Amino acid sequence: MSFEATILGLIVLPLAAGVAVFLARQTAWPLTLAIAVLQLVSAFQLAGIVSTDGPLRYEVGGWGAPLGIDLYADGLSALMLLMTAIVGSAVSVYATAYFGSHESGEKHGHDQHLFWPLNLFLWAALNALFLSGDVFNLYVTLELLTLAAVALIGLAGTVEALAAALRYLLIAVAASLFYLLGVAMLYSVYGTVDWNLLGSQLRSDLPSLCAIALITVGLLLKTALFPLHFWLPAAHANAPAPASALLSALVLKASFFMLFRLWFSVFPGADLRLAGHLLAALGAAAIVWGSLQAIRQRHLKLMVAYSTVSQIGYLFLVFSLAAEPTVAWDAWSATAFFALSHACAKAAVFMAAGSLQYATGSGDIDALAGTAQQQPVTVFAFAAAGVVLMGLPPSGAFLAKWLLLESALLSGQWLLASVVIVGGVLAAVYIFRVVARSLVAPEGRATRHVPLLMQFVPLLLALVSVALGAIGPQAMSLLEVGTPFPPLTTGGVP
Amino acid sequence: MTYAILYALCGTVLVGVGFFGVVICRHVLRKVIALNIMGAGTFLVLIALARRTPGTLPDPVPHAMVLTGIVVAVSATALALALLRRFHRETGRTELDRVVE
Repeated sequence: MSFEATILGLIVLPLAAGVAVFLARQTAWPLTLAIAVLQLVSAFQLAGIVSTDGPLRYEVGGWGAPLGIDLYADGLSALMLLMTAIVGSAVSVYATAYFGSHESGEKHGHDQHLFWPLNLFLWAALNALFLSGDVFNLYVTLELLTLAAVALIGLAGTVEALAAALRYLLIAVAASLFYLLGVAMLYSVYGTVDWNLLGSQLRSDLPSLCAIALITVGLLLKTALFPLHFWLPAAHANAPAPASALLSALVLKASFFMLFRLWFSVFPGADLRLAGHLLAALGAAAIVWGSLQAIRQRHLKLMVAYSTVSQIGYLFLVFSLAAEPTVAWDAWSATAFFALSHACAKAAVFMAAGSLQYATGSGDIDALAGTAQQQPVTVFAFAAAGVVLMGLPPSGAFLAKWLLLESALLSGQWLLASVVIVGGVLAAVYIFRVVARSLVAPEGRATRHVPLLMQFVPLLLALVSVALGAIGPQAMSLLEVGTPFPPLTTGGVP
Repeated sequence: MTYAILYALCGTVLVGVGFFGVVICRHVLRKVIALNIMGAGTFLVLIALARRTPGTLPDPVPHAMVLTGIVVAVSATALALALLRRFHRETGRTELDRVVE
């Protein structure tokens, strides 16, 4: 199969399947699972092609750059597509059991079948976003993603979920309009929206700086970087568990991916050192503040949502670290790898939280007493994914944090280095709080039986995220394809 | 100052007015309308900047972008109105404040 077919398959198949599933409800889960298998195969195949042939470019319909739509894939896109395929497949399998068990006799069962088309639309939008070759196409795919995400938040149908969905929609659309205004300014100055061309032409003049500021603010709002995270906890905690997993693991990564790509491949022409330090400082504040809030929460899913606020912070340290050329590659690749690792771990944590909530019938952390005996698999999955959130070896997050720490120390940024360590300790506190509660003697109330898929899918994904450390070298060599920071020959993976 | 620049400045002002409305207004319907004003401002900037060199035909690419943007704006507005209707039916309220705990 040629790479054109692979690329188009990644976008067209989920989109077509989404429409089919919407029209014919009974095909929902068989079709979704078939698409999931195809996505996994295509994503691995694309990663293979990219690592042997280098970055790929595909002109849709043969129209070419100024007028047509270009798709582009390099190592970073391939890694993000793999992340989407792995997390998306796991969440899809989990969702069959989750919605299957919630339909019988639960009060919030009436709109749940809409999860399936939304899941596939979200998937298509994510793949298209990671493959976009121009900044306008990124806007369109980001909007498709937003609309699917809003509907997923509102899926639970409760008043809190509706309010969270509305608030997220208003913020996300305003943020997209900032981004679009920035794109309009870039186009008026440079006459192109292709980000490779933009990157080679960008100068540090006033219109470009305004455009960069608008684009950055828009994307920061969507990525929920502290202090723009105010919409996130309610939105992620009130969605059904599979939707929360998708939102926290993948949707945030999409807008981060855009900022990551634009900042290092398009914006280097403008001198943004100071702004980079500011972003890293906000990231550091997010790590500490998000963790402290997570420790304070009584509600399990809110705790996990605040943990996301904190983990997002790690992704932003690179904007300061990459200013130092000797450590730029380490920081850059570690951040991309951290995104993958966090996606797997956070999806596992949200799914495990959903299973525990189903088992105990309550969303409170206090209600978890005794679950370690009655739901050993799920609690173990939660703890294993928690190890990744803390960044302990042998997980992929350990590798990423190690590289970030090393970059921070080598570039003399002691404050950022200490925040990386403190963040790990604080994560341990909020994870152990849950695990410790689950080990307390049960209060006489038996938990409900959880379907096997709802126990073992979170466990599998948690184990994948723990094992990611083992494929570190392969992931790094994949990331080298098309990176803006070619690695120096010395140094290596610990 | 050319007409194009004037239109672009008007568009920027509209974006500012719209964003102010999104942040300040409490009624969600007003927020949605403010969002549309913001969108209209952005589209006006795009159309105005299409006339890149005076005396020649305008560049068609920004116009195509505006068409795409309008589709997105209409869908987002429809979704927001549907959510608001549902929210209003369930709670009888039109403001989002103090709903979440």
